[in-house]
Amino acid sequence: MSDVYVMGIDMIKFGRYPESNVPKLGADAARLALKDAGLTIQDMEALYSGNLMQASAMVGQRILQEIGQTGIPVTNSANACATGATAFREGWTAIKAGLYDLVLIIGVEQLGRAGLLGGGGGGGGISKEGLLGSGTMPAVFAEAGMEHSRKYGTTFEQFAKVSVKNHQHSVKNPKSMYQKETPLEMVMNSEMIAYPNTKLMCSVNVDGAAAAVLASEKKAKELGMGRAVKVAASVLTSDPYTERDLVMPDINTCTRSAAKQAYEMAGIGPDDIDLVELHDCFATAEILHYENLGLCADGEAGKLIDQGETAHGGRIPVNVSGGLLSKGHPLGATGVANIYEVSMHLRGEAGARQVEGAKTGLTHVIGLGSACGIHILEKVG
Amino acid sequence: MAQEAAASGPRPIVSYLKIPDGGDPYLEGQCCKPCGAIFLGERQTCARCGADQQLEPKKLSNRGELYVYSIVHRSFPGIEVPYISAIVDLEGGGTVKGNLINIDPDPDQVRMGMPVEVIYQIAPRKDAEGNEYLTYYFQPQTKG
Repeated sequence: MSDVYVMGIDMIKFGRYPESNVPKLGADAARLALKDAGLTIQDMEALYSGNLMQASAMVGQRILQEIGQTGIPVTNSANACATGATAFREGWTAIKAGLYDLVLIIGVEQLGRAGLLGGGGGGGGISKEGLLGSGTMPAVFAEAGMEHSRKYGTTFEQFAKVSVKNHQHSVKNPKSMYQKETPLEMVMNSEMIAYPNTKLMCSVNVDGAAAAVLASEKKAKELGMGRAVKVAASVLTSDPYTERDLVMPDINTCTRSAAKQAYEMAGIGPDDIDLVELHDCFATAEILHYENLGLCADGEAGKLIDQGETAHGGRIPVNVSGGLLSKGHPLGATGVANIYEVSMHLRGEAGARQVEGAKTGLTHVIGLGSACGIHILEKVG
Repeated sequence: MAQEAAASGPRPIVSYLKIPDGGDPYLEGQCCKPCGAIFLGERQTCARCGADQQLEPKKLSNRGELYVYSIVHRSFPGIEVPYISAIVDLEGGGTVKGNLINIDPDPDQVRMGMPVEVIYQIAPRKDAEGNEYLTYYFQPQTKG
Protein backbone atom coordinates (compact mmCIF):
# COMPACT_ATOMS: atom_id res chain seq x y z
CA MET A 1 0.00 0.00 0.00
CA SER A 2 1.17 3.49 -0.83
CA ASP A 3 2.45 5.82 1.85
CA VAL A 4 0.41 8.99 2.22
CA TYR A 5 1.85 12.51 2.29
CA VAL A 6 0.56 15.91 3.31
CA MET A 7 1.38 18.11 0.29
CA GLY A 8 -0.38 21.27 1.43
CA ILE A 9 -1.99 22.33 4.67
CA ASP A 10 -3.24 25.54 6.27
CA MET A 11 -5.82 27.01 8.61
CA ILE A 12 -7.57 30.31 9.06
CA LYS A 13 -6.93 32.25 12.25
CA PHE A 14 -9.33 30.88 14.83
CA GLY A 15 -11.75 33.53 16.04
CA ARG A 16 -15.30 34.78 15.61
CA TYR A 17 -16.63 35.40 12.13
CA PRO A 18 -20.32 36.25 12.54
CA GLU A 19 -20.43 37.75 9.03
CA SER A 20 -19.23 34.51 7.45
CA ASN A 21 -20.81 31.05 7.42
CA VAL A 22 -19.73 27.41 7.52
CA PRO A 23 -19.20 26.84 3.76
CA LYS A 24 -17.36 30.17 3.40
CA LEU A 25 -15.05 29.44 6.34
CA GLY A 26 -14.35 25.97 4.94
CA ALA A 27 -13.70 27.47 1.51
CA ASP A 28 -11.24 29.97 2.99
CA ALA A 29 -9.18 27.14 4.50
CA ALA A 30 -9.44 25.01 1.33
CA ARG A 31 -8.09 27.84 -0.86
CA LEU A 32 -5.16 28.31 1.56
CA ALA A 33 -4.30 24.61 1.59
CA LEU A 34 -4.54 24.28 -2.20
CA LYS A 35 -2.30 27.32 -2.59
CA ASP A 36 0.15 25.83 -0.10
CA ALA A 37 0.26 22.66 -2.23
CA GLY A 38 0.53 24.63 -5.48
CA LEU A 39 -2.56 22.80 -6.78
CA THR A 40 -6.16 23.64 -7.72
CA ILE A 41 -9.55 22.15 -6.97
CA GLN A 42 -9.44 20.63 -10.47
CA ASP A 43 -6.54 18.45 -9.29
CA MET A 44 -8.55 16.99 -6.38
CA GLU A 45 -10.14 13.58 -6.90
CA ALA A 46 -12.28 13.50 -3.74
CA LEU A 47 -13.25 15.70 -0.78
CA TYR A 48 -13.52 14.58 2.84
CA SER A 49 -15.26 17.22 4.90
CA GLY A 50 -15.66 17.31 8.66
CA ASN A 51 -18.25 19.42 10.48
CA LEU A 52 -20.32 18.64 13.55
CA MET A 53 -23.01 21.24 14.14
CA GLN A 54 -24.38 21.08 10.57
CA ALA A 55 -23.80 17.37 10.15
CA SER A 56 -27.01 16.90 8.18
CA ALA A 57 -26.48 19.87 5.86
CA MET A 58 -24.05 18.68 3.16
CA VAL A 59 -21.25 21.00 4.22
CA GLY A 60 -18.65 19.51 1.83
CA GLN A 61 -20.86 20.02 -1.21
CA ARG A 62 -21.65 23.58 -0.12
CA ILE A 63 -17.92 24.27 0.15
CA LEU A 64 -17.46 23.02 -3.42
CA GLN A 65 -20.15 25.48 -4.48
CA GLU A 66 -17.77 28.16 -3.17
CA ILE A 67 -14.50 26.85 -4.63
CA GLY A 68 -15.44 24.77 -7.68
CA GLN A 69 -18.17 22.21 -8.38
CA THR A 70 -16.03 19.64 -10.11
CA GLY A 71 -18.37 16.73 -9.42
CA ILE A 72 -15.92 14.77 -7.28
CA PRO A 73 -17.22 12.43 -4.55
CA VAL A 74 -17.80 14.16 -1.22
CA THR A 75 -17.91 12.39 2.14
CA ASN A 76 -19.21 14.37 5.12
CA SER A 77 -18.02 13.18 8.52
CA ALA A 78 -19.26 13.86 12.04
CA ASN A 79 -17.58 12.25 15.05
CA ALA A 80 -17.93 14.77 17.90
CA CYS A 81 -14.60 16.46 18.62
CA ALA A 82 -12.78 13.82 16.56
CA THR A 83 -14.65 14.99 13.44
CA GLY A 84 -11.68 16.66 11.71
CA ALA A 85 -9.33 13.77 12.42
CA THR A 86 -11.97 11.36 11.13
CA ALA A 87 -12.32 13.26 7.84
CA PHE A 88 -8.52 13.32 7.51
CA ARG A 89 -8.39 9.58 8.11
CA GLU A 90 -11.13 8.92 5.55
CA GLY A 91 -8.94 10.62 2.95
CA TRP A 92 -5.89 8.72 4.12
CA THR A 93 -7.83 5.44 3.88
CA ALA A 94 -8.94 6.16 0.31
CA ILE A 95 -5.37 6.81 -0.83
CA LYS A 96 -4.16 3.72 1.03
CA ALA A 97 -6.84 1.73 -0.79
CA GLY A 98 -5.41 2.97 -4.09
CA LEU A 99 -8.60 4.77 -5.13
CA TYR A 100 -7.08 8.23 -5.54
CA ASP A 101 -3.74 10.02 -5.77
CA LEU A 102 -4.87 13.44 -4.54
CA VAL A 103 -7.63 14.29 -2.08
CA LEU A 104 -8.73 17.37 -0.19
CA ILE A 105 -9.57 17.35 3.52
CA ILE A 106 -11.49 20.16 5.22
CA GLY A 107 -12.50 20.56 8.86
CA VAL A 108 -14.75 23.50 9.69
CA GLU A 109 -16.96 24.76 12.52
CA GLN A 110 -18.80 27.94 13.39
CA LEU A 111 -19.47 27.90 17.11
CA GLY A 112 -19.63 31.57 17.94
CA ARG A 113 -20.12 32.03 21.66
CA ALA A 114 -21.80 28.67 22.00
CA GLY A 115 -21.64 28.74 25.79
CA LEU A 116 -21.86 25.59 27.84
CA LEU A 117 -21.93 22.40 25.78
CA GLY A 118 -23.22 18.95 26.70
CA GLY A 119 -25.81 18.04 29.29
CA GLY A 120 -28.45 17.44 26.67
CA GLY A 121 -31.72 16.10 28.04
CA GLY A 122 -33.58 13.66 25.86
CA GLY A 123 -35.55 10.63 26.89
CA GLY A 124 -38.63 12.59 27.92
CA GLY A 125 -39.72 13.45 31.45
CA ILE A 126 -37.86 16.22 33.26
CA SER A 127 -34.31 17.45 32.73
CA LYS A 128 -31.83 15.40 34.72
CA GLU A 129 -29.23 18.16 34.81
CA GLY A 130 -28.51 19.22 38.38
CA LEU A 131 -30.49 16.30 39.82
CA LEU A 132 -28.58 13.29 38.52
CA GLY A 133 -25.26 15.12 38.48
CA SER A 134 -24.07 17.08 35.48
CA GLY A 135 -23.73 16.24 31.82
CA THR A 136 -22.01 19.53 31.01
CA MET A 137 -18.63 19.11 29.38
CA PRO A 138 -16.65 21.03 32.04
CA ALA A 139 -18.11 18.74 34.74
CA VAL A 140 -17.62 15.52 32.79
CA PHE A 141 -13.95 16.33 32.21
CA ALA A 142 -13.59 17.55 35.79
CA GLU A 143 -14.75 14.13 36.98
CA ALA A 144 -12.24 12.47 34.64
CA GLY A 145 -9.52 14.65 36.17
CA MET A 146 -10.64 13.85 39.69
CA GLU A 147 -10.12 10.17 38.95
CA HIS A 148 -6.45 11.06 38.39
CA SER A 149 -6.43 13.04 41.64
CA ARG A 150 -7.91 10.08 43.45
CA LYS A 151 -5.26 7.71 42.12
CA TYR A 152 -2.20 9.94 42.26
CA GLY A 153 -3.01 13.01 44.35
CA THR A 154 -2.95 15.39 41.39
CA THR A 155 -3.79 18.91 42.60
CA PHE A 156 -5.98 21.77 41.38
CA GLU A 157 -2.75 23.77 40.96
CA GLN A 158 -1.19 21.12 38.71
CA PHE A 159 -4.28 21.07 36.49
CA ALA A 160 -4.20 24.89 36.39
CA LYS A 161 -0.55 24.88 35.27
CA VAL A 162 -1.63 23.23 32.00
CA SER A 163 -3.67 26.29 31.19
CA VAL A 164 -0.82 28.65 32.15
CA LYS A 165 1.52 26.76 29.80
CA ASN A 166 -0.84 26.62 26.83
CA HIS A 167 -1.81 30.27 27.09
CA GLN A 168 1.88 31.13 27.26
CA HIS A 169 2.53 29.08 24.11
CA SER A 170 -0.22 30.84 22.21
CA VAL A 171 1.52 34.21 22.55
CA LYS A 172 3.73 33.14 19.63
CA ASN A 173 0.93 31.77 17.46
CA PRO A 174 -0.63 34.44 15.26
CA LYS A 175 -3.46 32.03 14.30
CA SER A 176 -4.53 31.48 17.89
CA MET A 177 -7.81 33.00 19.14
CA TYR A 178 -5.96 34.47 22.13
CA GLN A 179 -2.30 35.46 22.48
CA LYS A 180 -2.31 36.37 26.13
CA GLU A 181 -0.39 35.04 29.09
CA THR A 182 -2.47 33.93 32.06
CA PRO A 183 -0.43 33.62 35.28
CA LEU A 184 -1.26 30.82 37.72
CA GLU A 185 -3.22 33.03 40.15
CA MET A 186 -5.31 34.34 37.26
CA VAL A 187 -6.15 30.82 36.11
CA MET A 188 -6.94 29.54 39.61
CA ASN A 189 -8.98 32.62 40.53
CA SER A 190 -11.00 32.87 37.35
CA GLU A 191 -14.66 31.89 37.58
CA MET A 192 -15.08 28.33 38.83
CA ILE A 193 -17.14 26.45 36.23
CA ALA A 194 -16.92 22.85 37.45
CA TYR A 195 -14.31 22.15 40.10
CA PRO A 196 -11.45 21.77 39.40
CA ASN A 197 -11.96 23.43 35.99
CA THR A 198 -12.11 27.24 36.11
CA LYS A 199 -13.16 29.30 33.10
CA LEU A 200 -9.54 29.67 31.93
CA MET A 201 -9.19 25.87 32.13
CA CYS A 202 -12.00 25.37 29.57
CA SER A 203 -11.34 25.43 25.83
CA VAL A 204 -12.58 28.43 23.88
CA ASN A 205 -15.64 28.16 21.62
CA VAL A 206 -14.57 29.73 18.33
CA ASP A 207 -15.13 29.62 14.57
CA GLY A 208 -12.38 27.99 12.57
CA ALA A 209 -11.38 25.95 9.57
CA ALA A 210 -8.34 23.99 8.45
CA ALA A 211 -7.65 22.04 5.28
CA ALA A 212 -5.07 19.65 3.86
CA VAL A 213 -4.13 18.13 0.52
CA LEU A 214 -3.07 14.48 0.74
CA ALA A 215 -1.18 12.60 -1.95
CA SER A 216 -0.12 9.06 -2.75
CA GLU A 217 3.63 8.37 -2.79
CA LYS A 218 3.62 8.24 -6.58
CA LYS A 219 1.94 11.62 -6.87
CA ALA A 220 4.06 13.13 -4.10
CA LYS A 221 7.25 12.16 -5.93
CA GLU A 222 5.85 13.60 -9.14
CA LEU A 223 5.02 16.89 -7.42
CA GLY A 224 8.28 17.08 -5.46
CA MET A 225 8.79 15.99 -1.85
CA GLY A 226 10.53 19.17 -0.68
CA ARG A 227 7.88 20.25 1.82
CA ALA A 228 5.99 16.97 2.06
CA VAL A 229 5.11 15.50 5.45
CA LYS A 230 4.62 11.75 5.75
CA VAL A 231 1.55 10.38 7.54
CA ALA A 232 3.33 7.60 9.40
CA ALA A 233 0.24 6.47 11.31
CA SER A 234 -3.49 7.10 11.24
CA VAL A 235 -5.61 5.43 13.89
CA LEU A 236 -9.22 5.72 15.00
CA THR A 237 -10.71 3.89 17.98
CA SER A 238 -14.00 3.85 19.85
CA ASP A 239 -14.38 3.29 23.56
CA PRO A 240 -14.41 -0.37 24.55
CA TYR A 241 -16.58 -1.44 27.49
CA THR A 242 -15.16 -0.34 30.82
CA GLU A 243 -16.68 -0.66 34.24
CA ARG A 244 -18.04 2.87 34.75
CA ASP A 245 -18.44 4.10 31.20
CA LEU A 246 -22.25 4.21 31.34
CA VAL A 247 -22.09 7.17 33.69
CA MET A 248 -18.51 8.33 33.24
CA PRO A 249 -17.28 8.54 29.63
CA ASP A 250 -13.90 6.83 29.43
CA ILE A 251 -11.42 8.97 27.48
CA ASN A 252 -8.42 6.96 28.65
CA THR A 253 -8.85 3.44 27.31
CA CYS A 254 -9.59 4.49 23.71
CA THR A 255 -6.62 6.88 23.76
CA ARG A 256 -4.25 4.23 25.12
CA SER A 257 -5.36 1.73 22.53
CA ALA A 258 -5.07 4.29 19.70
CA ALA A 259 -1.61 5.35 20.88
CA LYS A 260 -0.39 1.76 21.02
CA GLN A 261 -1.66 1.08 17.50
CA ALA A 262 -0.21 4.35 16.17
CA TYR A 263 3.26 3.73 17.61
CA GLU A 264 3.21 0.22 16.14
CA MET A 265 2.10 1.47 12.74
CA ALA A 266 4.84 4.11 12.67
CA GLY A 267 7.40 1.67 14.06
CA ILE A 268 8.44 4.09 16.81
CA GLY A 269 7.80 4.75 20.49
CA PRO A 270 6.85 7.78 22.56
CA ASP A 271 10.54 8.65 23.08
CA ASP A 272 10.87 9.31 19.35
CA ILE A 273 8.20 12.04 19.37
CA ASP A 274 9.48 15.65 19.23
CA LEU A 275 6.17 17.46 19.79
CA VAL A 276 2.55 16.63 20.58
CA GLU A 277 -0.71 18.44 19.90
CA LEU A 278 -3.21 16.70 22.16
CA HIS A 279 -6.85 17.23 23.09
CA ASP A 280 -6.77 19.77 25.93
CA CYS A 281 -10.51 20.48 25.76
CA PHE A 282 -10.18 21.07 29.51
CA ALA A 283 -6.98 21.47 31.52
CA THR A 284 -7.78 18.28 33.44
CA ALA A 285 -7.78 16.27 30.20
CA GLU A 286 -4.22 17.19 29.19
CA ILE A 287 -2.83 15.68 32.38
CA LEU A 288 -4.55 12.35 31.67
CA HIS A 289 -3.28 12.21 28.11
CA TYR A 290 0.38 12.61 29.13
CA GLU A 291 0.09 9.11 30.53
CA ASN A 292 -2.38 7.81 27.95
CA LEU A 293 0.05 8.72 25.14
CA GLY A 294 3.03 7.29 27.00
CA LEU A 295 4.81 10.64 27.42
CA CYS A 296 5.48 9.61 31.02
CA ALA A 297 4.81 6.64 33.27
CA ASP A 298 1.43 6.28 34.99
CA GLY A 299 1.19 8.59 37.97
CA GLU A 300 3.91 10.96 36.77
CA ALA A 301 1.83 13.46 34.80
CA GLY A 302 1.70 15.92 37.71
CA LYS A 303 5.47 15.87 37.92
CA LEU A 304 5.73 16.36 34.16
CA ILE A 305 3.79 19.62 34.28
CA ASP A 306 5.53 20.76 37.49
CA GLN A 307 8.96 20.31 35.93
CA GLY A 308 8.04 22.10 32.71
CA GLU A 309 8.83 19.09 30.56
CA THR A 310 5.82 19.69 28.34
CA ALA A 311 6.51 23.39 27.90
CA HIS A 312 8.25 24.75 24.80
CA GLY A 313 11.93 23.97 25.28
CA GLY A 314 11.13 21.04 27.58
CA ARG A 315 11.72 17.35 26.94
CA ILE A 316 8.44 16.83 25.09
CA PRO A 317 6.62 20.06 24.18
CA VAL A 318 2.83 19.68 24.23
CA ASN A 319 0.40 22.07 22.53
CA VAL A 320 2.92 24.68 21.43
CA SER A 321 0.09 26.11 19.27
CA GLY A 322 -1.70 27.21 22.43
CA GLY A 323 -3.94 24.18 22.33
CA LEU A 324 -7.71 24.17 22.51
CA LEU A 325 -7.45 26.18 25.73
CA SER A 326 -6.09 29.30 24.00
CA LYS A 327 -5.96 28.73 20.24
CA GLY A 328 -9.60 27.68 20.44
CA HIS A 329 -11.67 24.58 19.75
CA PRO A 330 -13.86 24.77 16.63
CA LEU A 331 -14.95 21.14 16.98
CA GLY A 332 -14.84 19.89 13.37
CA ALA A 333 -11.71 21.90 12.51
CA THR A 334 -9.64 20.95 15.53
CA GLY A 335 -8.35 17.59 14.27
CA VAL A 336 -7.07 19.09 11.02
CA ALA A 337 -5.67 22.18 12.72
CA ASN A 338 -3.49 20.12 15.03
CA ILE A 339 -2.08 18.29 12.00
CA TYR A 340 -1.37 21.72 10.49
CA GLU A 341 0.54 22.73 13.63
CA VAL A 342 2.75 19.64 13.68
CA SER A 343 3.34 19.85 9.92
CA MET A 344 4.59 23.43 10.25
CA HIS A 345 7.20 22.35 12.79
CA LEU A 346 8.32 19.36 10.69
CA ARG A 347 8.76 21.67 7.70
CA GLY A 348 10.64 24.18 9.85
CA GLU A 349 8.04 26.83 9.06
CA ALA A 350 6.59 27.43 12.54
CA GLY A 351 8.27 30.80 12.99
CA ALA A 352 8.78 32.11 16.53
CA ARG A 353 7.34 28.97 18.11
CA GLN A 354 9.40 26.49 16.04
CA VAL A 355 10.41 23.35 17.94
CA GLU A 356 13.99 23.14 16.74
CA GLY A 357 14.95 20.02 14.84
CA ALA A 358 11.48 18.46 15.02
CA LYS A 359 11.36 15.30 12.93
CA THR A 360 8.33 13.44 14.30
CA GLY A 361 5.11 14.71 15.83
CA LEU A 362 1.86 13.28 17.15
CA THR A 363 -1.68 14.67 17.06
CA HIS A 364 -4.56 13.45 19.22
CA VAL A 365 -8.24 14.23 19.53
CA ILE A 366 -11.09 12.77 21.54
CA GLY A 367 -14.74 13.00 20.64
CA LEU A 368 -16.80 12.26 23.70
CA GLY A 369 -19.05 9.31 23.24
CA SER A 370 -16.29 8.28 22.32
CA ALA A 371 -13.89 8.43 19.39
CA CYS A 372 -10.13 8.84 19.53
CA GLY A 373 -8.08 9.86 16.51
CA ILE A 374 -4.28 9.79 16.50
CA HIS A 375 -1.92 10.72 13.68
CA ILE A 376 1.86 10.46 13.66
CA LEU A 377 3.62 12.70 11.16
CA GLU A 378 7.21 12.52 9.97
CA LYS A 379 9.52 14.96 8.29
CA VAL A 380 10.58 13.74 4.85
CA GLY A 381 14.29 13.64 4.03
CA MET B 1 -52.85 3.18 28.97
CA ALA B 2 -56.04 4.09 30.82
CA GLN B 3 -54.70 2.37 33.92
CA GLU B 4 -51.41 4.26 33.69
CA ALA B 5 -53.21 7.58 33.43
CA ALA B 6 -55.29 6.75 36.48
CA ALA B 7 -52.28 5.73 38.59
CA SER B 8 -51.35 8.26 41.21
CA GLY B 9 -47.94 8.99 42.70
CA PRO B 10 -44.76 10.28 41.16
CA ARG B 11 -43.12 8.87 38.04
CA PRO B 12 -39.53 7.64 38.16
CA ILE B 13 -36.98 10.16 36.83
CA VAL B 14 -35.16 7.35 35.00
CA SER B 15 -36.26 3.88 33.95
CA TYR B 16 -33.85 2.17 36.34
CA LEU B 17 -35.49 3.75 39.39
CA LYS B 18 -38.24 1.32 40.39
CA ILE B 19 -41.28 2.24 42.48
CA PRO B 20 -43.00 -0.99 43.61
CA ASP B 21 -46.62 -0.89 44.75
CA GLY B 22 -46.54 -0.47 48.50
CA GLY B 23 -42.77 -0.92 48.72
CA ASP B 24 -39.67 1.24 48.96
CA PRO B 25 -38.16 2.58 45.77
CA TYR B 26 -34.84 1.16 44.61
CA LEU B 27 -32.37 1.29 41.73
CA GLU B 28 -32.33 -1.66 39.39
CA GLY B 29 -29.41 -2.88 37.31
CA GLN B 30 -29.43 -5.35 34.46
CA CYS B 31 -26.85 -8.01 35.17
CA CYS B 32 -25.26 -10.13 32.45
CA LYS B 33 -25.45 -13.76 33.56
CA PRO B 34 -22.32 -14.98 31.70
CA CYS B 35 -19.94 -12.09 32.55
CA GLY B 36 -21.49 -10.25 35.51
CA ALA B 37 -21.40 -6.76 33.96
CA ILE B 38 -24.11 -4.48 35.33
CA PHE B 39 -26.01 -1.98 33.18
CA LEU B 40 -28.62 0.67 33.93
CA GLY B 41 -31.84 0.43 31.96
CA GLU B 42 -33.20 -2.47 29.95
CA ARG B 43 -31.17 -3.86 27.06
CA GLN B 44 -31.03 -6.91 24.82
CA THR B 45 -27.30 -7.55 24.61
CA CYS B 46 -24.35 -7.22 26.95
CA ALA B 47 -22.01 -4.44 25.77
CA ARG B 48 -19.11 -6.12 27.51
CA CYS B 49 -19.22 -9.73 26.30
CA GLY B 50 -21.92 -9.61 23.63
CA ALA B 51 -24.14 -12.24 25.29
CA ASP B 52 -27.62 -11.88 23.84
CA GLN B 53 -30.88 -12.07 25.84
CA GLN B 54 -29.06 -13.12 28.98
CA LEU B 55 -29.50 -10.07 31.19
CA GLU B 56 -31.55 -10.25 34.34
CA PRO B 57 -32.77 -7.52 36.71
CA LYS B 58 -30.75 -7.04 39.88
CA LYS B 59 -31.76 -4.84 42.80
CA LEU B 60 -28.85 -2.48 43.49
CA SER B 61 -27.65 -1.52 46.94
CA ASN B 62 -28.58 1.80 48.55
CA ARG B 63 -25.07 2.03 49.97
CA GLY B 64 -21.80 2.67 48.24
CA GLU B 65 -18.75 4.87 48.08
CA LEU B 66 -18.03 8.14 46.33
CA TYR B 67 -15.74 7.37 43.40
CA VAL B 68 -15.20 10.87 41.96
CA TYR B 69 -17.06 14.18 41.80
CA SER B 70 -17.11 17.70 40.42
CA ILE B 71 -18.59 20.78 42.04
CA VAL B 72 -20.70 22.48 39.40
CA HIS B 73 -20.83 26.26 39.64
CA ARG B 74 -22.15 27.03 36.19
CA SER B 75 -24.99 25.12 34.58
CA PHE B 76 -27.87 25.89 32.25
CA PRO B 77 -30.39 28.65 32.96
CA GLY B 78 -32.84 27.66 35.70
CA ILE B 79 -30.56 25.01 37.23
CA GLU B 80 -29.65 25.94 40.79
CA VAL B 81 -25.89 25.98 41.54
CA PRO B 82 -23.59 25.02 43.11
CA TYR B 83 -24.15 21.28 43.32
CA ILE B 84 -21.99 18.22 43.54
CA SER B 85 -22.08 15.89 40.55
CA ALA B 86 -21.04 12.51 41.93
CA ILE B 87 -20.11 9.11 40.55
CA VAL B 88 -20.86 6.40 43.11
CA ASP B 89 -19.83 2.74 43.16
CA LEU B 90 -22.59 0.77 44.87
CA GLU B 91 -21.88 -2.12 47.22
CA GLY B 92 -22.22 -5.37 45.31
CA GLY B 93 -21.80 -3.73 41.90
CA GLY B 94 -23.20 -0.99 39.70
CA THR B 95 -21.98 2.58 39.25
CA VAL B 96 -24.48 5.45 39.18
CA LYS B 97 -24.31 9.20 38.79
CA GLY B 98 -26.28 11.75 40.76
CA ASN B 99 -26.16 14.79 43.00
CA LEU B 100 -24.45 14.42 46.37
CA ILE B 101 -26.41 16.44 48.94
CA ASN B 102 -26.41 17.20 52.66
CA ILE B 103 -22.71 18.13 52.56
CA ASP B 104 -21.07 21.47 51.75
CA PRO B 105 -20.11 21.75 48.07
CA ASP B 106 -16.51 22.36 49.07
CA PRO B 107 -13.49 20.26 48.02
CA ASP B 108 -12.27 20.40 51.63
CA GLN B 109 -15.44 18.62 52.77
CA VAL B 110 -16.03 16.11 49.99
CA ARG B 111 -13.70 13.13 50.14
CA MET B 112 -13.32 10.57 47.36
CA GLY B 113 -13.89 7.13 48.83
CA MET B 114 -16.31 8.39 51.48
CA PRO B 115 -19.27 6.10 52.23
CA VAL B 116 -22.55 7.40 50.84
CA GLU B 117 -26.14 6.19 50.68
CA VAL B 118 -28.93 6.56 48.15
CA ILE B 119 -32.04 8.46 49.22
CA TYR B 120 -35.26 9.06 47.29
CA GLN B 121 -37.15 12.36 47.10
CA ILE B 122 -39.73 14.10 44.95
CA ALA B 123 -37.84 16.10 42.30
CA PRO B 124 -38.09 19.89 42.64
CA ARG B 125 -39.34 20.24 39.05
CA LYS B 126 -42.33 18.92 37.12
CA ASP B 127 -42.81 18.16 33.44
CA ALA B 128 -44.87 20.32 31.08
CA GLU B 129 -48.06 18.45 32.07
CA GLY B 130 -47.43 19.06 35.76
CA ASN B 131 -46.48 15.48 36.60
CA GLU B 132 -44.34 14.81 39.66
CA TYR B 133 -41.17 12.74 39.51
CA LEU B 134 -39.29 10.72 42.08
CA THR B 135 -35.53 11.15 41.91
CA TYR B 136 -32.59 9.82 43.88
CA TYR B 137 -29.71 11.60 45.57
CA PHE B 138 -26.60 10.55 47.44
CA GLN B 139 -25.78 11.74 50.94
CA PRO B 140 -23.00 10.88 53.39
CA GLN B 141 -23.85 7.62 55.13
CA THR B 142 -25.62 8.02 58.43
CA LYS B 143 -24.64 5.69 61.29
CA GLY B 144 -26.24 2.27 61.52
